[in-house]
Parts: sequence; structure tokens; C-alpha cells
Amino acid sequence: MLDWVNIAVPPAPALFGQLLIGLINGSFYAMLSLGLAVIFGLLNIINFSHGALYMLGAFCAYLLLNFFGIGYWPSLIIAPIVVGAFGMALERLLIRHVYKLDHLYGLLLTFGMALIIEGLFRQQYGSAGQPYSIPEALSGGQNLGFMFLPNYRAWVIVASAIFCFGTWFIIERTRLGAYLRAATENPALVQAFGINVPRMITLTYGFGVGLAALAGVMAAPIYQVSPLMGSNLIIVVFAVVVIGGMGSILGAIISGFALGVIEGLTKVFYPEASSTAIFVIMVIVLLVKPAGLFGRGV
Amino acid sequence: MATPALRSIRLLVLLLIALAAPFAFYPIFLMKALCFALFACAFNLLIGYGGLLSFGHAAFMGSASYITAYTVKMWGFPPLLGILAGTAVAAAMGTVFGWLAIRRKGIYFAMVTLALSQMVYFFALEVKFTGGEDGIQAVPRGTLFGLIDLNQPLAMYYFVLTIFLVGFGIVYRTIHSPFGEVLKAIRDNEPRAISLGYNTDRYKLLAFILSATLAGLAGATKSLVFQLASLTDVTWQMSGDVVLMTLIGGLGTIWGPVAGAFISVTMENYLAQLGSWVTVIQGVIFVVCVLLFRRGVVGELSYRLSRWRGGVRLAKPASGD
Repeated sequence: MLDWVNIAVPPAPALFGQLLIGLINGSFYAMLSLGLAVIFGLLNIINFSHGALYMLGAFCAYLLLNFFGIGYWPSLIIAPIVVGAFGMALERLLIRHVYKLDHLYGLLLTFGMALIIEGLFRQQYGSAGQPYSIPEALSGGQNLGFMFLPNYRAWVIVASAIFCFGTWFIIERTRLGAYLRAATENPALVQAFGINVPRMITLTYGFGVGLAALAGVMAAPIYQVSPLMGSNLIIVVFAVVVIGGMGSILGAIISGFALGVIEGLTKVFYPEASSTAIFVIMVIVLLVKPAGLFGRGV
Repeated sequence: MATPALRSIRLLVLLLIALAAPFAFYPIFLMKALCFALFACAFNLLIGYGGLLSFGHAAFMGSASYITAYTVKMWGFPPLLGILAGTAVAAAMGTVFGWLAIRRKGIYFAMVTLALSQMVYFFALEVKFTGGEDGIQAVPRGTLFGLIDLNQPLAMYYFVLTIFLVGFGIVYRTIHSPFGEVLKAIRDNEPRAISLGYNTDRYKLLAFILSATLAGLAGATKSLVFQLASLTDVTWQMSGDVVLMTLIGGLGTIWGPVAGAFISVTMENYLAQLGSWVTVIQGVIFVVCVLLFRRGVVGELSYRLSRWRGGVRLAKPASGD
């Protein structure tokens, strides 16, 4: 009870500190739920292996550094391409066989893929995290007067916001995005216009997975690189997706960032509930607006 | 189609095998398999007959096992009352979770149940009474009706077998009741069931509660078998395990989950020393089952059998019989 007195008016640095962590987590929620939404739109499957592929992105950066001496900045480009290509191979080899089946099989298949990927890495690296250092150019930080802002964290927030809105721009404002949206609505018709829809599906999956890998690389210096980093995250991201609904790209981005911030604030005001805050919000949203905040249909 | 007489004989043989099994295998292994078999049957009731994939069934199993372990150990409940208490809590949770989850369909339903069960996991991790990482250990098995000492492996085995049979009987009766028929109709074509005047939400909720209750019964029993309630039982991995068992055995078949549970528990026994390879193997089985073997072991067997029989029957009229 005494804690409440102290917590009622939190000191500013603690408040802004948690707000920052919330924004960081929110960046990753947004990037992952964005990828899930894009994949779901076209493939009609929920990619359960999204967390594992995010982890793969982080490990890719770690391995590039330790085996080839390739640093953070090249990894930021190489890892998403490598993991994206791996994802496309998975789509061609495995996932495409379940498109005609009940949606649930897609979930079960990608769940199995996640188990394989995580199991292999856990076998090799154990459950403990591997450190990955912050790139030199972004070490240190700024003293903003009311709080200390590490440069790297600022970069993560800005970069992920740019990546998210870039994705939004491509999908909503370019010709390629128009094809994508059309194929989401009616793949048969788009195919009849001479667009290679199966290839588009493969590329879309690769893109969504690449986005997850990019988030993984950015997360590597903040969290430790561990085989389990994805599976814990993906369940929270699922809740984010339920809250936001997958009908809208912008909705996925906004709810990702917003929920990260809310989770961060819970850590300040009521730390015991911080790990369940997003799930509680999900329950409330289900009660008030079952289709999700930006959802279409159920 | 098996005749009723044939079916009774088959059941009788299985029952005899179940009664004799502890003399050939470790009772603890059999009891573990039976608990998981009941768990998988409960799960299968929901997905196989209602078309609802719950990815959070561990929440019911795990919570019931905590409640039973706690009431038996701390409050000195007799074993049966402890199991009832655990099962009742699972039923109550099933009511709330089901009421929330059936607001969404398909994939969203799976994600909602997964998220809710993860909430239960964090809850179990933080509250005092679950013992956190240690769990509740050294739970006494007690004596049944004050007469039968459940510390004896054989007595405990027959107790567990009885519970399994009761649970399995409930599932069997449910599937073959008018309620079960409506459930199957909803699974196959929900708009049509609605247009026929069925309140499908009520059916789905009832199925969910029943499934959660039986999952709780399995968990409660398991906590007495192992004399332990731990975090393992509320993790998402456990929810995944039960999906896998049902998938191996055959979704929507009566015996599938039982077969799947026995296969899975046996496999786990042999692979235990392989560490994380178990996870990899489980993943491979998931992928193979989804891509090539969607009927599962029991489903595939009964499909081949009926096709073989059907072939014979079709051949008959042609030969002028």
C-alpha cells in the first residue's frame, strides 16, 4: 500500500524512461503486426513463425558479426534479405500447399515451422542470450534535461516509424500496392488481368518476413540475441493484432506503437500488471468492439 | 460400419487391456498418458466437433492442477474434493474465456485464446500461491473415501482410469447427442445453422465450457499423479502439445486424441535425453501432419477401412447379389 503513495506521482525520469521503453517495444510490435497484417491480407494465414523469423533476423546479424566481421549497418540490409529469401523458400516449399485448406492449418503449419527453427537454435546456442553491441556511430546519448536519451534507442524509434510508414506508403499509394490490395480483394480477377499472383504472394511473404528480420536486427543490441526472443514476443503481437484488427495497415502501426506506450506506462503506475496490460486491453476491446479497433468483420 | 455387437466387443477388449496394462507397463507412464488422453479428448471436442481451435487450453489444465494441488496440500482436501475444486475453477474460467473468445471466429479465436492463456501464465508466475518457478511440490495423494490409499501405484492407476473413463464417456455421449449433432452442423456451415434457428453462440459457449472443464479434470488428476503443479502446465508449449496430440491421432475422431496422447507421451519418454531436438521433432511432426497426414493415425485407419468396406459393398450389386 505504501508503494502506491510513492508511485502516485512518479519522478519524471522514471516516467519518461518507461515511456521510452514503451515506444521501443511499440516499434517492434508495430513492425511485426504490420508484417502479419500484410501476409494475412494476401495469404489468408496467420504466420505463427513470425516470431521465430524475427529471432532469425537477430541471429543473422549476430552470426554475420562473429563469423564474417560484418557490422550492424550492412547487417541491417543483409539480414532481412537473407531471412526474406529463406521465408520465400518456406512459402514455395510448404505454405503454398495449405492455401486451399481451412485457415487453421496455416496456423498449425507455421507453428510447426516456428518450433523447428527455435528448437534448432536452442540446441545450438542454449536458452541464454548472446550480447550484440550497439554500433559505434550510435553509442552515447543526449541529455534532454528531463531525461537521458540513448542515441541508439532514438534511432530505433525513428527508423521503425520510417519503415512502417514506408510500408504504408508502398501499399496505399503506389501502383504495386494497388495490385497487392486488388489481389487481396479478388486474386482470381487480378490474375485474369495478367498479374502473376502466386509470385506476388511469395514476394509478399518474403517482404513481411524481411520486415520481421529487420525488427530482429534492430532489437539485437537492445535485448540479448536469444532463441526464445521471438516466441515470447509473438503472443503479445497476436494480442496487438486482435486489438487492432488486421483490416488496416495504418491500424496495425498505430495500435502497435500505442500499446507499447500503454504497456510502458503500466510499468510506472502499476508494475505488477505490466506483463498482462496488453491482454487486459484485448479483453476490454473484445467486450466493447469485438471486431477490433480498426477491424472489418470478425 | 461396425455393428453394435462388434463395437461392444471392441470396447470390452480395450477395457480389458486398460485393466491389465499396469502389470505390463509403468503405472506412472500409463497415468500420464491417460491424463493427456483426457486432455486431448477435451480439446478435440472443441476443434474436431465444433471447429474451434483453442490455442490456450493449457490455461484450464494448469489452473485446475494448481487449485487441486493447493487445496489438497494446504487445506487438506481429500483427493476427490480437490479434483472437484480444480475442475470447478477450470469450468468457471472456461465460462469467462469462452464468453470472450466466441466473439471472434477462426484464426482470431485461436489468437484470443492464446493471449488469454498467456495472461494466466503471467498471473501464475506472479501470484504467491502457485509457488512461482518452484510450483507446488510434494502434493499428498491422500486416501480415496478414507479407505483406499492412493500412494499405491495400482490403486492410483485404477482411480485415474476411472476418471478417464468418466471423462471419455462424457465426451462420447456429447458427440452422439442432439447437442453434438448441432455442434457438427455449426462446424460445417455456421450461417446455415443460424438460419435454421439455432443460437450458435450458445452452442459454441457450452462446448467451450465442457471442453475447459474436462481439460481441468485432466489437469487436476495429473497434479495428484505427479504430486506436482508447475508452470509447465500453463505455458503455450503445453497448449501446443495438446494440439499436436490431437493432430497426430486425428482431428474429429473419437479415439484419435487417445492414440495421439499415447504416441506423444511414449515419444517424449524416449526422446527426453535429446534436449531441444524434441522441439524440432515436434515441429517436423506438425509440418508433416498438416501437409501429408491431415486425417491422423485413427482418421487414416478408419478412412482406409471404410473405403475397403465400401469397395466391397459397391462390388456386391454389380455381381448381381
